[in-house]
Amino acid sequence: MASLQTQDVVARSATTTPTPQVRSAVAPVAKLIDESKCIGCKACQVACMEWNDLRDEIGSNVGVYDNPADLTPNSWTVMKFFEVEPKAGNLEWLIRKDGCMHCEDPGCLKACPSPGAIVKYANGIVDFISENCIGCGYCITGCPFDVPRISPKDNKAYKCTLCSDRVGVGLEPACVKACPTGAINFGTKEDMVTYGDKRAGELKERGFQNAGLYNPAGVGGTHVMYVLKHADQPELEKLPRNPSISPAVSLWKGVAKPLAVAGMIGAAVVGFFHYMKVGPIEEQPEDGKREKEGS
Amino acid sequence: MTNSWTDIKNADLIMVMGGNAAEAHPVGFKWVIEAMQKRKAKLISVDPRFNRTSAVADVYAPIRNGTDIAFLGGVINWLLSNDKIHHDYVKFNTDATFLTKPDFKFENGFFSGYDEAKRKYDKSSWGYQLDDSGYVKVDDTMQDPLCVYQQLKKHYSRYTPEMVSNICGTPKDKFLQICQMLGEMSAPDKTSTILYALGWTQHTVGSQNIRTMAMIQLLLGNMGRPGGGVNALRGHSNVQGVTDMNAYAEVLSGYLGAPTDADDTYEKYIAKRTPKPLRPNQFNYWSNFSRFYVSLMKSYYGKAATAENHFCYDWVPKLEGGFDIMHIFELMHQGKMTGMLSQGFNPLATVANKNKLSAALGKLKYLVIIDPLETETSEFWQNYGPYNDAKPESIQTEVFRLPAACFAEEEGSFTNSSRVAIWKQKAIDAPGEGKVDSEIMARLFVKLRAMYAKDGGAFPDPIAGLAWDYVQANEPSSAELLREINGRAIGDVYAPPDPKDPKAAPTVLVKAGQQLPGFAMLRDDGSTACGNWLYSGCWTEAGNMTARRDLSDPTGWGVYQNYGFSWPANRRILYNRASADKDGKPWAPNKKYEFWNGKAWTGADVPDMRPNAAPEENVGSFIMNPEGVARLHAIGMAEGPFPEHYEPFETPIGVNPLHPNNPKAISNPAARVFKGDMEAFGKKEQFPYSATTYRLTEHFHTWTKHARLNAIVQPEAFVEISEELAKEKGVKHGDSVKVSSNRGHIVAKAVVTKRIKPWDVNGQKVHLVGIPFHWGFKGQTKIGYIANTLTPFVGDANSQTPEFKAFLVNIEKA
Repeated sequence: MASLQTQDVVARSATTTPTPQVRSAVAPVAKLIDESKCIGCKACQVACMEWNDLRDEIGSNVGVYDNPADLTPNSWTVMKFFEVEPKAGNLEWLIRKDGCMHCEDPGCLKACPSPGAIVKYANGIVDFISENCIGCGYCITGCPFDVPRISPKDNKAYKCTLCSDRVGVGLEPACVKACPTGAINFGTKEDMVTYGDKRAGELKERGFQNAGLYNPAGVGGTHVMYVLKHADQPELEKLPRNPSISPAVSLWKGVAKPLAVAGMIGAAVVGFFHYMKVGPIEEQPEDGKREKEGS
Repeated sequence: MTNSWTDIKNADLIMVMGGNAAEAHPVGFKWVIEAMQKRKAKLISVDPRFNRTSAVADVYAPIRNGTDIAFLGGVINWLLSNDKIHHDYVKFNTDATFLTKPDFKFENGFFSGYDEAKRKYDKSSWGYQLDDSGYVKVDDTMQDPLCVYQQLKKHYSRYTPEMVSNICGTPKDKFLQICQMLGEMSAPDKTSTILYALGWTQHTVGSQNIRTMAMIQLLLGNMGRPGGGVNALRGHSNVQGVTDMNAYAEVLSGYLGAPTDADDTYEKYIAKRTPKPLRPNQFNYWSNFSRFYVSLMKSYYGKAATAENHFCYDWVPKLEGGFDIMHIFELMHQGKMTGMLSQGFNPLATVANKNKLSAALGKLKYLVIIDPLETETSEFWQNYGPYNDAKPESIQTEVFRLPAACFAEEEGSFTNSSRVAIWKQKAIDAPGEGKVDSEIMARLFVKLRAMYAKDGGAFPDPIAGLAWDYVQANEPSSAELLREINGRAIGDVYAPPDPKDPKAAPTVLVKAGQQLPGFAMLRDDGSTACGNWLYSGCWTEAGNMTARRDLSDPTGWGVYQNYGFSWPANRRILYNRASADKDGKPWAPNKKYEFWNGKAWTGADVPDMRPNAAPEENVGSFIMNPEGVARLHAIGMAEGPFPEHYEPFETPIGVNPLHPNNPKAISNPAARVFKGDMEAFGKKEQFPYSATTYRLTEHFHTWTKHARLNAIVQPEAFVEISEELAKEKGVKHGDSVKVSSNRGHIVAKAVVTKRIKPWDVNGQKVHLVGIPFHWGFKGQTKIGYIANTLTPFVGDANSQTPEFKAFLVNIEKA
C-alpha cells in the first residue's frame, strides 16, 4: 500500500468523476536503467523481493541465466539476458531489468473496468490497488509491455509499484538502493532525462553510435526509462519499438465509452418512461428471497 | 591487493583476467564502472567464457583455460620487442640491470638444476652474481647477455603472437589489440590495473600466473602508483584477514615463515629469515624479523616467553613437509589422522575430488564441524542417493556439529581485499545454542587445558603456558583480541641510542602497559607483545582505528585515510615510493601521489619509505626485498625464476607446444603429485573436453544455497557449453547432461550459449565445459551434485592451491 495520499491520485480506473488536481507542486519522478553499467547481478531482484515481502517458487534452470524465467505475481522485476550480435561476429550480452514501465499514459489504467483498481499518482507512479482489483485481466491486454501478472491464488493482478510506499516518504525504490554499480538511478523525470541523454552521449563516444534513451512517446513517455546501447534496435532485448495502447482498449475507452454512456442514459430514460407508463414491476416472492441471500 | 578498491577509479586501463570481477565482486566493481565513466578508462576482459565482466567490457578476448602464462608471456615479448616499457622506472625499480649466474640455463622446458626423481629444482644456478662485498653485480647499460633484462628478452622471445594464438586459441588480432592497449600504459602519465582472483590461483602454475602479470606491471611502471598495482580480489568477506592471521601451517601470523624441522635452534631459525642487504643502502625490511617474531611469541606465551628460553622457541611446532589442505586429506586418506576440526569450512564440497575426500573423512575417529549451517561435510556419512552415495553402516566416524554464529551475529573486524580492516557491530544474537567462533574455540581450549592440568599428557607446556588473560576465559571479546593483535608495551620501549650522544639516557617512546602506535615500536628483547605485526596500529592508545568511518578524501585519490585501518601502517598503496622517480619527483603531474618535498616523503598516503630517506641515499622502493628493487628474476619460485607455460595436468592437447619433444615438460615439472594421483588424471582420449569451475553472482560458495532468496534467483545446478558442442551431442537448452571425469560424474542442466566458443588450438578444436560449483545435497535450492566430484587432486607447486580451473571431462545427454 502506498504511502501516498488520496489527494495524490490524479487518475483512477473506471471513474468518471474528476480526480484531485491539487498537488500541482509534485515533480514527476523516474527510474533510469543504464544497461551499459548493468552486470546482471540480480541484486535489484532480491531487493524487490525483500522490500515487498515476496517469495516466488524455487524454480528450475531452463537453460539460461534468467531466474525466475519471467515476471510472475511474486517477481515484479526480473533480469533478462540476451545474447545478440548487432554487428555480425561481435557478440554482446545485453542484460535488461524487466518490469513495469510506469507509462505517462498507462494502458492498464485505461483498460481497467474496476473503479479505483489502478491509479496514477501526481508523481507519475502507476499503482495497483489490490482491494479494488477484480482479476479480469484487462490490464494485461492494456499493457504494451506485457507486465501485469494475475495470481492464481487470489485472482489479483500484480506488478512493480515503483516502491510507491518508499517514494511517498522520500526514499528511492529498493532496487535503486541495492544496485551496486549505479546502473539504476532515480530522481525527477527531468533530471533523469538529462542524465540519460548525457549517458547516451558518453556511450556514443565509446563506440555505441546508436546509444539512446528509451522513453517511448507512444505511451506519453515512461517513468521507467532505459539507456540502451542500441536504441535503434530495442527489439534486440524484446522491447517494443513504438509501444502504444492496444486499439481494442482505445476503442473501448475512446469511441465506445461515450456510446456506452449514451446507451446507459438511454436505458435509464427508457426505464423511467416505462415506469411512468406501466408502473412498478411486481416483486416475485422467490426474487425477494434471493435478494436477501445476496445481501 | 597492492592498491585498493577505491584506487581502481584512478586507472586509465583495467584488465580483468583470471577472474570475473563483475560476477564475483559486484559491489567493488562499481569502481571499475566509475573509472570507465569519469576517466574514460577502458576495460579488457580475457576469459575462457564471455562472462558478466565481458558484458560491460570494451574488449573481450577468449583464452583457453590454463594458458594464461602463454598469453602474458606473449605480452612481455611484445612489450620488449616494441619497446613499450617504462625505461626509467624499470631501471630504477627492478632487477633488470642485475647479472644472473653464468650457469643459469633454460633448455627443453627445464631450468638448470632439475631433479626428475624428486620433481624439484636445485636452485644453486639461479639468482644473481655477487661481488666480494656480498652485493649484486649490475650492468647499467643492460647489454650484458647475463643481465636480467637480456635473459628476460631471451626467455620470452619464443612467445610470439603466433605461438600465443596457437596455445591459447586467442585470435591474433585480439591479442595484438590488447598488447597495444597495455603498451600505451608504459607512458609516465598512464597507469593500468589488473584485477584477478581464483582464475589465476587455482592452477598448477597459479603463483606463476600472477608473477607474469606482476612482471608486466613492473615493465609498464605501474607498481606503487595510483591506478596501478596487481590486485587480488579476495573471494570471502574476511579471507584477507584469515590469511593475514595465518589460518595455514606454513606461516605464523603476519606471513612470518614458520619454523621447519631443519631449524633446530632459535639462532638458526632467526638467521635464516633475516636477510642481508644485496645492494648498498637498502632498507631490507625483513632485517626486523626477530622483532616481529619475538613480539608474537610474547603475545602467545606471555610471561613464560623469556630471552633465556628463546621465547619458548621449543614450544612452536616444527613443520616437516606440507600441511596444506590436500596434504591433510592425503594423510587422512592414508589413515594417518585421528580427528579434524572443520571451522567455517565445507571441504567435501569445496576441495578437489569429492570421492577421495569422502573416503578420507570415513577413516577419521571424530569430525567436529563448527558452522552456522548444515554443511555437506557434516553429513558426508548420510546417504543422499546418487548425490552422496555413502553407506552409513560402514562409516565409524563420530561427527559433532557445533552451531556457530553467522557474520551478523558477532562484532569484530573484517579485512577486505584492500587490506582495510573495518569494525562492525553485532546485529542480532545467534539463534538457539549458536555461539561465536571465538567462544567455541575458547571453551574447547579451557577444557583441554584443565584436562592436561588434571591428567597430564605428552608435552603439556605449550597448552599450560599459553597466555590467556581475557576477562572471561570462555568468552574473549573481539575488542580484547584486536587489542592483543595490535600489541602493547610490556616494559618501557626505548628509542635507539642517539649516535651523536650515545651516553645520554634513552628516551622512552612507549610506556609499559600502553597500546603500541605501530610496528616500528616492536622489540626483540621481550619488552613488546604483538599478535600480528602487520596489524600493529589498528588499536592504539587513541582507540579502535578499524571503527573509523571518516569519508573525507582531501586529495581526491580515493585514499580515505581515516576510514578503517589498512595494513601495514594504514598505508593504502604498497610500494608507493615508486610513484615518484629516482629524484623523488612525480612521474607525471597527473599522477602526483607520494613525493620528496626536499625534507621528507609526503603526499596522499603514508609513505612506504623511511620518511627522511632523501632520494640521494638511493634507498629502493621495494623495501621488503634485500635488493631494494622488485624481481623480474625470482628464485623463490618452485618451478623457475621466469614463469614458463606448462599445460594443465589434464591437458586437452596432450603436448606442450613450446616443448613438443619433452613429454616430461608438458605440465609443471615441480608440482607435487601424490602417489596414486598421477594415475587418477584423465586423458584426452576418454575425456576430450576442457572444464573449469566457477562461481555465479547469485550465490556465495555452498553457503547461500541455504537461503531462499538466493535459491529463487539461481535454483538449480547447470553447466555451460557452446552451441557447437551442444549440436554435436544433441543437447538443447535445459536438457539434463552427465559430465564425467576420471574421478566421478555429475548430472546438471545444460545452458547452451553463444558466450562459449571452441578454440582452435595446436591444430585441433578444443571445447570448454563450464561448471558453476554452488550446489550440493543440502539447502533450499534444488538438490544437486557436488561439482568437485570432478576436479583433480593436484595443486600449484608453490601454494598447493588445487587445479580447479583446468581439467578434463566428457559430456553426454543424461
